[in-house]
Amino acid sequence: MTRGTEAGPAAIEARAVRFGYGRDALFDGLDLAVARGSMTALIGPNGSGKTTLIRLLSGSIPPQGGELLLEGRLLSRLAPRARARLLAVVPQDTALTFDVTVLEMVLMGRTPYLGWLGLESHGDLAAARRAMACTGTLPFASRLLSRLSGGERQLAVVARALAQEPRTLLLDEPTAYLDVRHRLQVYELLARLNRESGLTILTTSHDINLAARYCGRMVLLKDGRIRADGPAAQVFQPAILAEVYGTPLHVFSDPVTGTPHAVPGRPAAGSVDVPAGPVL
Amino acid sequence: MRPLPMASEPALADTLPAPPPRRFTPARAAAILALLAALLAATVAAALTLGSTSAGLRELLFPDSAQAVSRAILLEVRLPRILLAAAVGACLSAAGVCFQAVLRNPLADPYILGVSGGAGLGSILASAAAPAAGLAVTTVRPAAAFGGALAAVAALLAMSRGRGRVLPETMILLGVVMNATIMAAIMFIVTMADFSRYAGTMYWLIGNLASPSGGELALVYGCLIPGLIALTIMGQPLNVLAGGEELAGQLGLDAPRIRVAALGAGSLVTAAAVSLSGLVGFVGLVVPHAGRVLLGPDNRLLLPASALLGGAVLVAADTAARALFAPTQIPVGVITALMGGPCFLWLFARRAAGRTS
Repeated sequence: MTRGTEAGPAAIEARAVRFGYGRDALFDGLDLAVARGSMTALIGPNGSGKTTLIRLLSGSIPPQGGELLLEGRLLSRLAPRARARLLAVVPQDTALTFDVTVLEMVLMGRTPYLGWLGLESHGDLAAARRAMACTGTLPFASRLLSRLSGGERQLAVVARALAQEPRTLLLDEPTAYLDVRHRLQVYELLARLNRESGLTILTTSHDINLAARYCGRMVLLKDGRIRADGPAAQVFQPAILAEVYGTPLHVFSDPVTGTPHAVPGRPAAGSVDVPAGPVL
Repeated sequence: MRPLPMASEPALADTLPAPPPRRFTPARAAAILALLAALLAATVAAALTLGSTSAGLRELLFPDSAQAVSRAILLEVRLPRILLAAAVGACLSAAGVCFQAVLRNPLADPYILGVSGGAGLGSILASAAAPAAGLAVTTVRPAAAFGGALAAVAALLAMSRGRGRVLPETMILLGVVMNATIMAAIMFIVTMADFSRYAGTMYWLIGNLASPSGGELALVYGCLIPGLIALTIMGQPLNVLAGGEELAGQLGLDAPRIRVAALGAGSLVTAAAVSLSGLVGFVGLVVPHAGRVLLGPDNRLLLPASALLGGAVLVAADTAARALFAPTQIPVGVITALMGGPCFLWLFARRAAGRTS
């Protein structure tokens, strides 16, 4: 595809989306548009709605109001198969019931292209291999998932998503549980896919500093509302971060990249609740 | 998204290492299935020669008038029973693979989950009520068994709804409770309807094979073959479904529809088996596990392979049931439970030790 342009519809868009678990509304009229070819981080504290928003945008759960659009088309009107060719998801829970090899799992990414007999063609195999090559998972293609480290496994899940040959990739905490090298590896890969293939990327992250290094746009969520939205320099205001995360944060300039870098300050009395009294 | 960064070098895809041998290919699947079909045929041939009356393949192939009785035993008594055993083993094994994938539960099995019990309750209910309603038992019973199996699956799903992923152990606990309830209901019906049938019911409850009529054989194969074909075609979606409905949806599958279709087909083959053999246990658990160890977890191969392997296993088990203590015949379910129960415990212990299949 061509590089993302300003013209044409957004890659994904939420218009006045309402959604809640039970009686309480989490999102009450959420608007968000993600431009084609952009790389955006969705940040915010636990329970702010990041994962729910990813599930809504991926069509896993229907909104209770408003509209979701994928490349200008209503997500609810799009056949699952057509949607899965445009949009891939790297979920938080990657558990399969039975132990399969990396190649077997990556080939599952070809599901939206298979015929009614469910047999993979040479083209499907080639796409899976390309996805494994660019994620660096090819050397252990025949290894069982249970024999992989957390980092290798995450890269294999990304490879499955890439095997879908999507134009938009949604990721939910892709660097959770990973060591620093693997976290960098995942973000380097995402940045390269974004830069060189024009893949639109929206990822949630608790590692806001790493996200700030790589993502041109940060969307800060709190209680289902967008509290700040823009480049990291604009979003990383100590006052905003402190309010959203409920604890003081200092912002420095990252000595390596010059991007903003937030560091938690000493919690003010009562702001971070650890019960008083003797510790054990 | 194209081209992917490193794939811009055109020769790359060609220089990649060969795919691992476990990967599913139609040619490999066909070869393995042919081998298993040969194994099943050999088991059937061996089973024909074994039994309380010694009658061999030679009598079948080179008949003369002196051996007409032996020939009659082979063709009219032993062969139908062997064919029934093969079908029942295939049905239960295919159903096991199906339930394990759809319920994301490696310990699932139509017997343990209570699906066989549901089919059994339906069968018993039909047997007790059909004569009073002026209906032929043979036509009502299979339909009632299917209804009972579906009801049991629906009850399992209802009890596990809205809790996210149900732990395999939890679902088995639900199955145990359901089985106990169903057994009580069956005993109540049998006692009220006709106490003299009590002993036969005992045999039936643990699973017992007898020589079926031609119609009964047609029924069980008429359910097995379409059911197995449908499940095998759903093999790839079932592979994905083992990663959960959400993943299946993200990969472009209509997950709820596949789930319903697979559970329907699994219930159908279970009901066909149960309505003719009673509650044969553990085949649906042990055979798929053996299949997975030997062939990997890909359902496109595992489903038909387990059906063939399960057929051979139950033919062997029923032959042992006929021949080991001849002329006394023990119910085949005794053999499968005595062998399958310890296998289940071993699998359970392996899981507890943190290893998956």
